[in-house]
Amino acid sequence: MLCAHWSRLRRVSSRSCCATALRSTHSSTRLSSSPERIMKTFCSVWLLLSVVELSPAQEPPLACRGAAGPAPPQPETAEDMASTGDLEPTHYPARRAAQVALHYLNTRHGSPFRVFGLQQVHKASAEDVEAGGRKYKLDFSVTDWASGSAGPALRCSADVLFPRTERHSAPDVKLRCEALQQINRTVQEEEAFYQKHIPPDSAVSARDIPDSYGNMSEEMQPFWRLARVAASFIMLRESSENTEFNMVQMASVTQQESSEEQLMLEFVVLLHDLPSQEIVQWKLLASWSPDRGVRVLQTEWQPRCPHATKPPN
Amino acid sequence: HTMDEISAWMNQMERENPDVVSSMIYGKTYEDRNITLLKIGFESTTPKKAVWMDCGIHAREWIAPAFCQHFVKEILGSYKSDSKVNTLFKNLDFYITPVLNMDGYIYSWKEYTTRLWRKSRSPGTGDCTCFGTDLNRNFYANWGMVGISRDCCSDIYNGPTALSEPEAKAVTDFLGAYQNEMLCYLTIHSYGQLILVPYGHPNISAPNYDELMEVGLAAAKAITAVHGKSYKVGTPPDILYANSGSSRDFARLIGIPYSFTFELRDEGNYGFILPEDQIQPTCEEAYQGAMSIINYVHDKNFKSAAITVTATLWTTLTALYISSANVF
Repeated sequence: MLCAHWSRLRRVSSRSCCATALRSTHSSTRLSSSPERIMKTFCSVWLLLSVVELSPAQEPPLACRGAAGPAPPQPETAEDMASTGDLEPTHYPARRAAQVALHYLNTRHGSPFRVFGLQQVHKASAEDVEAGGRKYKLDFSVTDWASGSAGPALRCSADVLFPRTERHSAPDVKLRCEALQQINRTVQEEEAFYQKHIPPDSAVSARDIPDSYGNMSEEMQPFWRLARVAASFIMLRESSENTEFNMVQMASVTQQESSEEQLMLEFVVLLHDLPSQEIVQWKLLASWSPDRGVRVLQTEWQPRCPHATKPPN
Repeated sequence: HTMDEISAWMNQMERENPDVVSSMIYGKTYEDRNITLLKIGFESTTPKKAVWMDCGIHAREWIAPAFCQHFVKEILGSYKSDSKVNTLFKNLDFYITPVLNMDGYIYSWKEYTTRLWRKSRSPGTGDCTCFGTDLNRNFYANWGMVGISRDCCSDIYNGPTALSEPEAKAVTDFLGAYQNEMLCYLTIHSYGQLILVPYGHPNISAPNYDELMEVGLAAAKAITAVHGKSYKVGTPPDILYANSGSSRDFARLIGIPYSFTFELRDEGNYGFILPEDQIQPTCEEAYQGAMSIINYVHDKNFKSAAITVTATLWTTLTALYISSANVF
């Protein structure tokens, strides 16, 4: 009985929260009526609690469906998941683990002119470890999406440890890629891009990149790649053996005031998780410079209300 | 292309090719739209064997309807000049549904925020405040067993009951009626660059699994030959994720021997929102993949021409071998 009321309350509050949140996106909305003010306070507290809940273990509140912690059930393939030893490189357990290693690689070496993608898994094995985790050993190749099919493939090896804890915790990755330092560093483009946007009058802002039809302008490409690299921090952190994340769109980018000679960018990204097919929305604040690379300073899971479109009665 | 453009184009194909194209309405969507397919092939007084293709079960996978259109365009453009396609038209009828989930597809075109819609547009039942059922979890094929969600707001919600969705029912009824004629079932999706063979459930295997894998691998090879893209082949529990209630599984379960899911480009770089310049190459490679399967299925069932050629070849080779062996 209590549960029914609670979930109904959650749904009601989530709907109105969504509406309120949308209305006061960049705050400073003066609300005239007191019910609205009460609602806003309630929602602010609600969202605040959600955000507080979110860090460090990112467990999203159940407002608006679009579960950020995609809750897929038990691992499905008995053989690969349970067995110890060699894994089929073309099967999904090896691929998912490799993607996690890719996310890690991109957090370390991604830039506005470089995003790594998985080319192929050559060998993979897995074993259960003490403290109930599962460690994957991988041998795989990656390519730089920015250089297209012309680019060379880099050989990498990685150990990816998925902890198996009550609450989700991020996988641990140890990665070695050959000749990483030797691949064409896109120094000139990075420097030019940096110089163009570091001045205080630069205020880049864009939405829906690519647009619904797949279009993306040349100027937006580096921002999209930065969003992709920044999103890698989140995808890495949120990954488990039961998820497989990709970024499907940079919903928005808003340049913030540069700080400590870093480009500061606020992104909203849409991630797609294959097993659950859910679209997950995250807002994040990231910095970048050619020297320091990408750093992610803040992340915030955002509720999406595309499913719950039944208008309130 | 918008749904209106596609519908108009379908009418145009029918008008311009009246001797080989006819349309059939075989159901209605939740929002009461006519689900239409194009039947393509030479007219015949006797029932013909058939190949089925549907695109756009999932609204956001826009590359799929694009491929169905491309496929139709290609076969209509080549059946007069290409003897292989001509033979296909003679012996087979193609039943092609360019957009199955019309409601969802139209909804995904509505605005930027709806672009990533996946399911149907039926309203939730009971307590549910969310719309839509995942059509590819709604079929009578191990419905509800694995890879689904009972949360009606989930993108893999399999519906209140099996076949609750009129779109799924339409396909089910059609395939049921054409059960004896249907040789091949192809369903087109994105993304992932995969060719999936039945079944989505990890514990059951199709009796012709080995053959399906062979045919799938040959198709993947044909795909790679076009633009170098690699497609993996396997069952969903192996290479993607376990699932149940899929149309591909249903087709196989009622006895359609060759049933495949195509997951087109890409592998996650852009995902559903594929850049425009990749549409054409994706369609070209997928066409070769589909044709590889269709030709195999055709040749297996219509041995005449193929067997004469092959038999002649082998007889000649054997004769040569025997005569050369006699020399020693």
